[in-house]
Amino acid sequence: MDGDASPGFAAMAVSLTVNGAARTVVVHPFTTLADALRDELGLTGTKIGCNAGDCGACTVLLGGAQVCACLVPIAQAQGCEIHTVEGSGPNGITDRLRRAFLHHGAAQCGACTPGMLMAAASLLAREPHPSREAVCDAVGGVLCRCTGYTKIVEAVMAVFASSCDAAGGEGRVGARLARIDGWAKVTGAERFGADEAPAEALWLRILRSPHARAAFVLGDLEAFRRTKPGLEAIVTAADVPGENSFGIFPNLKDQPVFAEGQVRFRGEAVLGLVGTRAAIEAIDDAELPIAWTPLPPVSGVEAALGDGAPAIHAACPDNVLTRGRLSCGDVATGHAAAAATTEGTFRTSFVEHAYIEPEAGYARLVGPDRIEIFACTQAPYMDRDEVARVLGLPPRHVRIRPSACGGGFGGKLDVSVQPLLAVAAWKTRRPVRMVYSRIESMASTTKRHPAVIRAKASADSEGRLLAFESAADFNTGAYASWGPTVANRVPVHASGPYRVQNVLNRTRAVYTNDTPAGAFRGFGVPQAAIAHEGLMDDLAEALGLDRWTIRRRNALTKGDRTPSGQFLSHSAGLPTCLDALKEDWEAMLARVAAHNARNPRRRRGAGIACMWYGCGNTSMSNPSTMRIALDRAGQLTFYNGAVEIGQGSTTVLVQIAAEVLGLPPEAFTLVVGDTDLTFDAGKTSASRQTFVSGKAAALAARDLRRKILALANVGEAATLHLDGALLRIAEGEVRRTLDLSALPADRDGVALEGVGTYDPPTTALDENGQGVPYATYGFAAQIAEVEVDTVLGTTKVLRIVAAHDVGRAVNPTLVEGQIEGGIAQGLGLALMEEFIPGRTENLHDYLIPTVGDMPEIEIKLVEDPEPEGPFGAKGVGEPALIATAPAILSAIRHATGVTIRHVPVLPHRLWEALRERRASADELRPSPSRGGDGGGGES
Amino acid sequence: MTAYFCPATLDEALAIRAAREVEIIAGGTDVYPNRTTRAAWGQMTCRDLLDLTAIPGLGGIEERDDHWRIGCLVTWTELLKARLPPLFNGLKTAAREIGGVQIQNRGTLVGNLCTASPAGDGIPNLVALQAAVEIAGPPGRRLVPVEAFIDGYRHTVCRPDEIVVALRLPKRGALDRGAFRKLGARRYLVISIVMAAGVIETDATGRIGDVRLCIGACSAVAQRLAPLEERLLGKPLDASLADLVQPGDFATLAPLDDMRASAAYRLAAAEALTRDLLADLAAGERRRAA
Repeated sequence: MDGDASPGFAAMAVSLTVNGAARTVVVHPFTTLADALRDELGLTGTKIGCNAGDCGACTVLLGGAQVCACLVPIAQAQGCEIHTVEGSGPNGITDRLRRAFLHHGAAQCGACTPGMLMAAASLLAREPHPSREAVCDAVGGVLCRCTGYTKIVEAVMAVFASSCDAAGGEGRVGARLARIDGWAKVTGAERFGADEAPAEALWLRILRSPHARAAFVLGDLEAFRRTKPGLEAIVTAADVPGENSFGIFPNLKDQPVFAEGQVRFRGEAVLGLVGTRAAIEAIDDAELPIAWTPLPPVSGVEAALGDGAPAIHAACPDNVLTRGRLSCGDVATGHAAAAATTEGTFRTSFVEHAYIEPEAGYARLVGPDRIEIFACTQAPYMDRDEVARVLGLPPRHVRIRPSACGGGFGGKLDVSVQPLLAVAAWKTRRPVRMVYSRIESMASTTKRHPAVIRAKASADSEGRLLAFESAADFNTGAYASWGPTVANRVPVHASGPYRVQNVLNRTRAVYTNDTPAGAFRGFGVPQAAIAHEGLMDDLAEALGLDRWTIRRRNALTKGDRTPSGQFLSHSAGLPTCLDALKEDWEAMLARVAAHNARNPRRRRGAGIACMWYGCGNTSMSNPSTMRIALDRAGQLTFYNGAVEIGQGSTTVLVQIAAEVLGLPPEAFTLVVGDTDLTFDAGKTSASRQTFVSGKAAALAARDLRRKILALANVGEAATLHLDGALLRIAEGEVRRTLDLSALPADRDGVALEGVGTYDPPTTALDENGQGVPYATYGFAAQIAEVEVDTVLGTTKVLRIVAAHDVGRAVNPTLVEGQIEGGIAQGLGLALMEEFIPGRTENLHDYLIPTVGDMPEIEIKLVEDPEPEGPFGAKGVGEPALIATAPAILSAIRHATGVTIRHVPVLPHRLWEALRERRASADELRPSPSRGGDGGGGES
Repeated sequence: MTAYFCPATLDEALAIRAAREVEIIAGGTDVYPNRTTRAAWGQMTCRDLLDLTAIPGLGGIEERDDHWRIGCLVTWTELLKARLPPLFNGLKTAAREIGGVQIQNRGTLVGNLCTASPAGDGIPNLVALQAAVEIAGPPGRRLVPVEAFIDGYRHTVCRPDEIVVALRLPKRGALDRGAFRKLGARRYLVISIVMAAGVIETDATGRIGDVRLCIGACSAVAQRLAPLEERLLGKPLDASLADLVQPGDFATLAPLDDMRASAAYRLAAAEALTRDLLADLAAGERRRAA
């Protein structure tokens, strides 16, 4: 081809006005505006979520109009006026929006926030008092995975309607404190994995298997490398200095960093190209000397469990990775005594986390034998140990510096870029960075386990549960990841938050050649809830009971024993949750009936579902340690190892620590989640950070306070005031002043410190799953109102009322944000989300809810305090999601009379079920039936 | 490395088209996503590009004697903002419902047509409006009826040395109107499962003088419903129109089974959307399909 100087090839100088300032970039004309802003102008506030116009994260204003900066060739921006999140926006609108977003809790992880702000700014610039519909239209092209959009819409509508102060008043426990890390998220200053790297860093691109199962042979890579200027190295399994494997459990490190001669899923890493960005992006995979021998893949659990199925891993001939079991009482006896028994098979699909920030980061060597990794993660200590193992280093030689995490939901608990970057940096001895493309992220990282659940339940004539049994197979994909966790957590929860004496729950996690399934908000419990709630509706119908009533009759409460034999002594607020919904439930039923009397085609339905969820790891130690230090200069530093992934733990932990210590939140300087600087707080998962790390924060603050009070010789009631290096203490008439600068200090200048460790009390489960798997449980009930177009099979969720027992809402705005976001994900699980390897691996074929798909949401917070938790608090992250999908299914059934046991309920699936029902109804009539073809609907 | 040409005249652009294989770029809403998809699986090279946006005269919506002319750079948003007769209501609905506002602000109607995706939201509307495609090439301009323009799955009769410069949409009576129904699995940013577009022209007595109905996403190329159109001629424009739809009217469609929907569903949805569309046309309004 022609050289770079020929017409059409040369870089061009493009002059544009960015946030009011004249700027010029000299780049290839096909460079996207997004890349030019980020790479040339350093304006990394504009986020790239998909590079395909599917997510809107990169939305900027171009000549006043919102555009995806990833779709604009820089050549077309010549002479244009651009507004990005870093600027104050047209007439200062972005600045006003920022304050509204903070005040309303509209930013969680912050990855979509720049796009949301710009989309909203384009609307408010022409329409200061928009309708809700106009707001939805304006931000409809920006996907958010955290918030459920509710608070975003509220914030945009409030910009010119009311005054918004960023600070939410004082920051005591229970206050709606604006998130402490929020300002960086609404200004574009937040540094996500792709936003930071040494200037001299090389780039890494992974060549991934296009085959789900294949053998391969690598040719002479070094000879190939020499033909490519700028290609510094090709890294393969041979370059891994330590163990070429990773995985969550010490005995199940079954996934190679780089495949060795065979691949087990489409998207598996084969080798890495390390070099200049231009060099690695100019090499086609097909150019590399790789000889592939594709083999027939084993897809789905039925295939993997079938006779003669090949073993995915030689060490596991039957492809069953783990079995889980819980047994109490005798189910046969229970079923035998029943007035009603029901059973069914329930199916769920792979679900993608679809966090807006794809995985990214960099690695660099610090000295000859130490490596530092900056990347998005939910589990820095696990990353540290994993990287150390892969490099053959002691863990202290690895430092994980978590970037801001643009959403996780369980998908960033496993390592992704970390070991790849580590091996590449180790081999080249140079800093190396990489950014997953959206498709790469979707194809190669973990998913929610698809489940096939066969379940059976019996009740007496009053609807009281007598027996529940289930057998669930979870498709764990090619590698173990969190498969065992799912297999062990589900048996505990599978019978639902109900009193039942006779239970037998069994699970299997099954290897296949599908994408690895891992942790996703709920660890299998959302799938199980679809089954137990479906059966509760069956029983209600069979017994002629109201669906609320049957749940209320069976709801676990204080004084009950769970199927694992655990005695619930405190904080079991499901009855209160249900009672809080009673009035809404009856109103909803009445509303639905009135509507349906007039509308034969668009039928409405009301649905209900309950859930419970154990906070923290299942029967495993999962401690957290927090440290608060006061130095001689009067700086109060909170060393908090709990990674913030948007859910708000940074804010919640400060609120707890501030309240216990007796100093205001703004007094704290934060160091969050750095393995060199903070203690291990455990992973951000299992709804454990508020409960476990929150308790550790309270203990650390109490420790520090005790030391201060002892030093000042005052009692518990004393108040503290930090005034530079002077700590002023008052108790009644007594006034003391501690001059911190005069106190002895350690080498970091720390004069006083408090450390707190908390590990929730649990016991091991025996072979029947008996024991105390969790210290506490979150409970919730949700009701949903839907409208189904019975001709087209489409479902619109109109309203959800959610009652959640959170123990104590440390920050109600953040709790509501979790619930609203969980409802959005539950809605996606119920109605639209289905990851199919090779087919829905981008954000236009894989659909997550947009702002226009969200129902009206009303939240009722129930606070049944958990004595173990800080101020009575327990987790809400996963409980938020679990009841939503079964409530929607219940409502669809109520609306249409058809029972769908296969999610997502895509329009064609519901239509097929409706058609089958019509066909069977026709058969019962004397007139000739129209006949169906008996298609694949479930009923 | 990819070459990128930004000519300032149409003649230059045509000369580039004639000299080398280039992909045309205007709003970029298809070019970049395609590049992203290929790159994700290691196909890093892309075709050279010809950017039309610096060429004067390719934008704008113009009312002429017997037709409206829509330049090839006209975006969905421009279309939405233009003052157009009710004939274009369906096209405007498509403009409102495609992608999100970001896509509407950048994507062009002509680009949607030239990509020729079975799920292209503009295409059934252009068929119903009997658009003609104005193509510039070395010998000069030619006009091709839109139904002949797309000649296969994602394929058009536009030759490698040609450029589509505009669409011509014939004028009709002041009362004639169009409508569009899109069915997708979510509210925004959604690729259509099925679409139905229609235009009805009324005669002096208020009855249907001419009608064109077109279904998208149910075959490689959007298809007219000729037998149904025939049946509708001369009928009064009222709610009973929907009753004239028969399942057999959709027999020529050949929908796919894919992750978005089953073929059987698509056929049934095409029938349902057509009934809804006729109701919209009769009522002179539109509602969302989903």
